[in-house]
Amino acid sequence: MIKADPAGVLTGAHYLDGDEACAEGAIAAGCRFLAGYPITPSTEVAEHVAARFPMVGGTLIQMEDELASMAAVVGGVWGGTKSMTVTSGPGFSLMMENIGLAVMMETPCVIVNVQRGGPSTGLPTMPGQADMMQARWGSHGDYEVIAVAPNSPQECFDLTIEAFNLSERFRNPVFVMMDECVGHMTEKVVIPPADEIEVEPRFEYRGDPKEYLPYKVNGGNEYGIPIPPMLHAGQGGYYHTTGLTHDERGYPDMSPECQEWLLRRLVDKIRLHRDQLVHVEEDGVEGAEVVVLSYGISSRVATRGIALAREQGIKVGHIQMKIVWPLPDRRIDEVAGRVKGLVTVEMNYGQIALEVERIAAGRCRTSLVGHAGGTVQDPEKIAETIEEAAR
Amino acid sequence: MHELKVTGFGGQGVIRTGMIIGKALSLFGGKHATLTQSFGPEARGSACSAQVVIDEDPILYPYITGIDVLIAMSQEGYSRFRTDLREDGILVYEKELVTTDEPPGRRMYGIPATRIAEDLGVKIAANLVMIGFFSAVTDIVDIEAVRKAVPGTVPSRFLDLNLTALQKGYDYGLELIGRADKVAAGEEAE
Repeated sequence: MIKADPAGVLTGAHYLDGDEACAEGAIAAGCRFLAGYPITPSTEVAEHVAARFPMVGGTLIQMEDELASMAAVVGGVWGGTKSMTVTSGPGFSLMMENIGLAVMMETPCVIVNVQRGGPSTGLPTMPGQADMMQARWGSHGDYEVIAVAPNSPQECFDLTIEAFNLSERFRNPVFVMMDECVGHMTEKVVIPPADEIEVEPRFEYRGDPKEYLPYKVNGGNEYGIPIPPMLHAGQGGYYHTTGLTHDERGYPDMSPECQEWLLRRLVDKIRLHRDQLVHVEEDGVEGAEVVVLSYGISSRVATRGIALAREQGIKVGHIQMKIVWPLPDRRIDEVAGRVKGLVTVEMNYGQIALEVERIAAGRCRTSLVGHAGGTVQDPEKIAETIEEAAR
Repeated sequence: MHELKVTGFGGQGVIRTGMIIGKALSLFGGKHATLTQSFGPEARGSACSAQVVIDEDPILYPYITGIDVLIAMSQEGYSRFRTDLREDGILVYEKELVTTDEPPGRRMYGIPATRIAEDLGVKIAANLVMIGFFSAVTDIVDIEAVRKAVPGTVPSRFLDLNLTALQKGYDYGLELIGRADKVAAGEEAE
């Protein structure tokens, strides 16, 4: 890790909404290219970046649509910049094909989805958390992704930096799964001095450009992640990269053997190293009868529900998942073996809750406090569900 | 804890009003203040509102659950939200745009904010007049914290005019609640 470039860090205390804080996090993390297409409730991220990029030498392009936006992001990264796009529900759907391309080409990039109520046009100015499975599986094929979910403008800043850092460490797209409530909520955000912000630089190729093989892994990076180093356009090498199944040279090789060789690594680079991807905030989990799992805005509301349940004398723990994908499955597994119930709080009809149920495998009760979006959870309902789970 | 709602129509600076109050409290007032907003798909002329939850402790539930102080800048906004105002809640309103219908005993304060701003030559600063007035008639946010919060939230070339508008509203409020003597003594005017 290196220190952030002071040029992009607006050190100090600010009163920002989540969208603006996300933009500041991206710029602090070194993002200098954004391609996007406006959509409520995410537009303010791009607007804020548009106002700030001229001061740091960044480039923002408003593309013709979301397909092109995601394609431009992939191009921006291979051109040598840290790149991102920003969207919401319907735009997220349109990005799916090229997100798969980014995975296949191992393109480190960040995709921000300020979730609103869906499906389709749904509730443009109201929150939802129903794109969580789409983030995980929305593009075709077998792959792994990383996703963070902030619950405040401060976390929008912090976790966007983390998203950029993880995208570089794993050479993979990373999602920032915000929601309209967090995106349009304004609170105090403290931006630390640049020398207190750690930034992951690109894992770059250092050898002779003429001998560069774009998909040859030489032991991987310093974190033990089996990724090949990148050589950018203009650095003197000629190479090929493609969404087709490819060999070390990046040339198409449509054989089951090559598919196994490539996909095994693409999946395992995250799956086998997911202990590096556990970012949770826990409260009172040891000795709890019931543990609540939550993420994003639902985690704040859950904290209030938990306080109500504790007033009834129930021992309740809380695991807020700041990284949702991959799930902290080993931790959930451990907890499931010694509690009466696991309660998942999310703004959908049960997405992460199904995963929790799978991990718990019948060892404890699993329940969902969910609804279709438009507003946040009712803390009383959370407390009631906790009480039922503790019986 | 205080739950505050500012309501009016798009273009009146309703959201900005919530923003300045929230910023004053959380950056310069030692409080936690979470601002959320609701608006329709239209840009101007539609009903819009800003909600601010103010607390000593970090705020968990982001939305308001009732209204302790309603700042009403338009009749439509007032009519729509007046029933959410708590029994002991306070109404702060633009008295030339809002006709009130409140039970006896309601704590309520009216100001011709738009006309005061027009007299200053900046009609769009009516919201700053309202904020100054709000600061004077309630004890929720200190005027000094508001003054610090204004730079950066209004265009810098209009900063002085906005601060003047703020002061006008504040003075009007102090006079209304009979604390004009304090202004004369210079205790709160600086």
